[in-house]
Amino acid sequence: MSISIAEHDYIRLSEANMEKNKIDDKDLNFKATELRLGLPGSESPERESVTVKKRGFADTINGGSGKWVFAGNGGLEVDLVQNGGNKNLGCVKAESDVLVLPKGGLLEKKGLVSVKSDGQTSVPATKQQVVGWPPIRSFRKNTMAVSQTKNEENNDPKMGSGCLYVKVSMDGAPYLRKVDLKIYSCYLDLSSALEKMFSCFTIGQYGSHGAPTREGLSESRLMDLLHGSEYVLTYEDKDGDWMLVGDVPWDMFIGSCKRMRIMKSSDAIGLGKILNTPQNLDFSTTNQEVKSPLNLAPRAMEKCRNRN
Amino acid sequence: MDLDQKRTRTVDRVVDSVDRDVESPESTPMCPFPDEVLEPVLSLINSHKDRSSVSLVCKDWYNAERWSRRHVFIGNCYSVSPEIVAGRFPKIRSVTLKGKPRFSDFNLVPEDWGADVYPWLIVLAKAYPFLEELRLKRMAVSDGSLEFLATNFPEFKALSLLSCDGFSTDGLKAIATYCRNLTELDIQENGIDDLGGDWLSCFPESLTSLQVLNFASLNSEVSFNALEKLVTRCKSLRVLKVNRNINLDQLQKLLLQAPQLTELGTGTFTQDLVTRPVADLETSFGNCKNLQTISGLWDTNSLYLSVIYPACASLTFLNLSCATLRSFELTMLLMHCKSLRRLWVLDTVGDRGLEAIGLWCPLLEELRVFPADPFEQEEVAGVTESGLVSVSRGCPKLHYVLYFCHQMTNAAVATVVQNCPGFTHFRLCIMNLGQPDYLTNEPMDEAFGAVVRSCPNLQRLAVSGLLTDLTFEYIGKYAKNLEILSVAFAGSSDLGLKYVLGGCPRLRKLEIRDCPFGNAALLSGLTKFESMRSLWMSACNLTMNGCRVLAKEMPRLNVEVMKDEDSEDSQAHKVYIYRTVAGPRRDAPPFVLTL
Repeated sequence: MSISIAEHDYIRLSEANMEKNKIDDKDLNFKATELRLGLPGSESPERESVTVKKRGFADTINGGSGKWVFAGNGGLEVDLVQNGGNKNLGCVKAESDVLVLPKGGLLEKKGLVSVKSDGQTSVPATKQQVVGWPPIRSFRKNTMAVSQTKNEENNDPKMGSGCLYVKVSMDGAPYLRKVDLKIYSCYLDLSSALEKMFSCFTIGQYGSHGAPTREGLSESRLMDLLHGSEYVLTYEDKDGDWMLVGDVPWDMFIGSCKRMRIMKSSDAIGLGKILNTPQNLDFSTTNQEVKSPLNLAPRAMEKCRNRN
Repeated sequence: MDLDQKRTRTVDRVVDSVDRDVESPESTPMCPFPDEVLEPVLSLINSHKDRSSVSLVCKDWYNAERWSRRHVFIGNCYSVSPEIVAGRFPKIRSVTLKGKPRFSDFNLVPEDWGADVYPWLIVLAKAYPFLEELRLKRMAVSDGSLEFLATNFPEFKALSLLSCDGFSTDGLKAIATYCRNLTELDIQENGIDDLGGDWLSCFPESLTSLQVLNFASLNSEVSFNALEKLVTRCKSLRVLKVNRNINLDQLQKLLLQAPQLTELGTGTFTQDLVTRPVADLETSFGNCKNLQTISGLWDTNSLYLSVIYPACASLTFLNLSCATLRSFELTMLLMHCKSLRRLWVLDTVGDRGLEAIGLWCPLLEELRVFPADPFEQEEVAGVTESGLVSVSRGCPKLHYVLYFCHQMTNAAVATVVQNCPGFTHFRLCIMNLGQPDYLTNEPMDEAFGAVVRSCPNLQRLAVSGLLTDLTFEYIGKYAKNLEILSVAFAGSSDLGLKYVLGGCPRLRKLEIRDCPFGNAALLSGLTKFESMRSLWMSACNLTMNGCRVLAKEMPRLNVEVMKDEDSEDSQAHKVYIYRTVAGPRRDAPPFVLTL
């Protein structure tokens, strides 16, 4: 049984308005079901506010196939373009994939669209056009808006299963480790955790160099060793390229990182960055600007320290 | 309070006839208790409804009651004038005032509508110079009013502002500076002009009496140094709710100084720079043995959420409505929260998260599920009917629900109320307008029919979805205890409203928007409106003439029409009707017409 908007004219949408709604909704829906392969920037603006919930829905529809999506907003989109975003194309594509839904069936079942007699689907009266609906207090609306953004900065992307495990290998270590990128909110968290995780291997490494192999190697000692530019942290992104960790904003990083490798500086020639400085592992980017970790790191560390 | 005023006339009549039997009004009163006994006894009665009943017994009791009353609750600031209140109750120490109609929360009431607290303060200052408490909801409060309050009431102790607007942090400065005996400052969800956080630094070093401090909804950063010192010296502090700018390190320092807290609202609950291991935070929470309520928790994730586990066993209220948690995060948290009675969450937890509630929180009485993204146009997840059903299965004591969802079925609601027949508050918001049962495509009439039939104690109901007059027939017929009803985009004809006004003997507040109810329906409730606090109808089919008829027939009601530029002259676009003993408003703005 189809429900047509016309029956509900007490909603007080004027005829003209209703007509406009229908057209807009049709457009919107076609866009939603369209597979797109365009470069970032060819995305329509209204598609960018991908939220936690959208991912959840993708989860139910696609059976948690792990299509993760970007924390998108206008600003970030621009960043993508500026980076010559090819690397991130994969993510944008994923966004489109999420929205490919069996036409009519599920959306109709969920009652979010109605199928007209001519077979076209449309979304019922848009919420935003009705003042005061849904009845959410403005205080809560504002809180949510900011909360969403912050959450996306810290935690996106998320897989259907709710974690993002990537393998971390270290040159010379006998076995790999796996880390859940989701539980970290910035590069500094990640690097601290990795340092702790691989400290045992480093002790072993340096034992033979004459440095005393103490039990309970202090963190500061470890940091010294690692910052002695012996190692750099790199990752393989979605396109199979090996990149230096810390180049891109955090959420972009966890969106594209497939696995990580702590490699010797000597092996890391050709990653395009200056390597022989003590700051290699200080990739504490705290905002979304794309900067070389070597330049940003000291300032970012400053910023973090000053805040506390 | 307002009803009391009305009943005064009745009381006078009754008392007169009694006195006639006893020769003269000046002879020995019929009441056997002397005032010295009656007043102390009555002073133990705190419920304002009970006090209203007491005041109706006879003139002596009326007098004893008015002299012993310390707290007055005024549900509609325009139903009575401050002079009448001051005249009747000479010894008030605490006042609660509510102003604008509730739909003003959703931008349906224009600015400058009224409910200014200042005229009240002027009268209160003269009548009750030793006033201690003022609690305001949906009132217009200016900085001037706050300054007046701070400087004219030397014993002032407790200020609570909920959903008020018109003031800035400058007003808070005055309160902090001048209220030497302040025990409570509770600022919630107001339309406040946040000019900076230095108001908190205005608390003098000598102030040690603070018990409640809630500034969670303010945006500016306060001086942490000042806050820490304040918390340290106020040893009786039991409620502390900070704003988002307070980070985890700072929170830890505060917890160290105030382990006695019973209610805690955290700031941002994640960090970029970890200067202290998570274990320390966990210890801090473990040291707070009296925590019953936790809120805030902005931006949190699994890693940091686990630090509150040690405090969870004794929690009765957990407010997660600012934390975009996912199902597994909520599940892990709830495993520690066996004593939970009230839970507020975002719909990011999904149906799976709600299942966890049913599993781990058997004592749950209240659940509120808010939409994280209510205006998202495209397909969004959120919660569905199955989430609510799972909660009802696991939580038989559930009696309060506020549920925002995109889809619902009649069968699911019927199951829910079968599992939990004790509902007192059932507020369901299906966010898509006019949405039918998504499985059967039928209206949602049977859902709400099931609610009113199965839940005899139902006091508050909010309906949504595609609804015909049948819903209202059910409500009018079965909802004998219903006091508050909210209706939007529902009904098919005048009959709908007629059913409600013809039934529901206990109805107090009725708010309706965008329904096809017209004059005939309105006028069918003529005699009912005096037993109600208020009626709001907007974007219905009322005309000015219909409203004029009502106003003429019922002189003790204020029938106010808000004129809209867009609507035609004969249409009554927004109508607000309430009983009053104070006559028409004297402060009505030009767009409010009292008929």
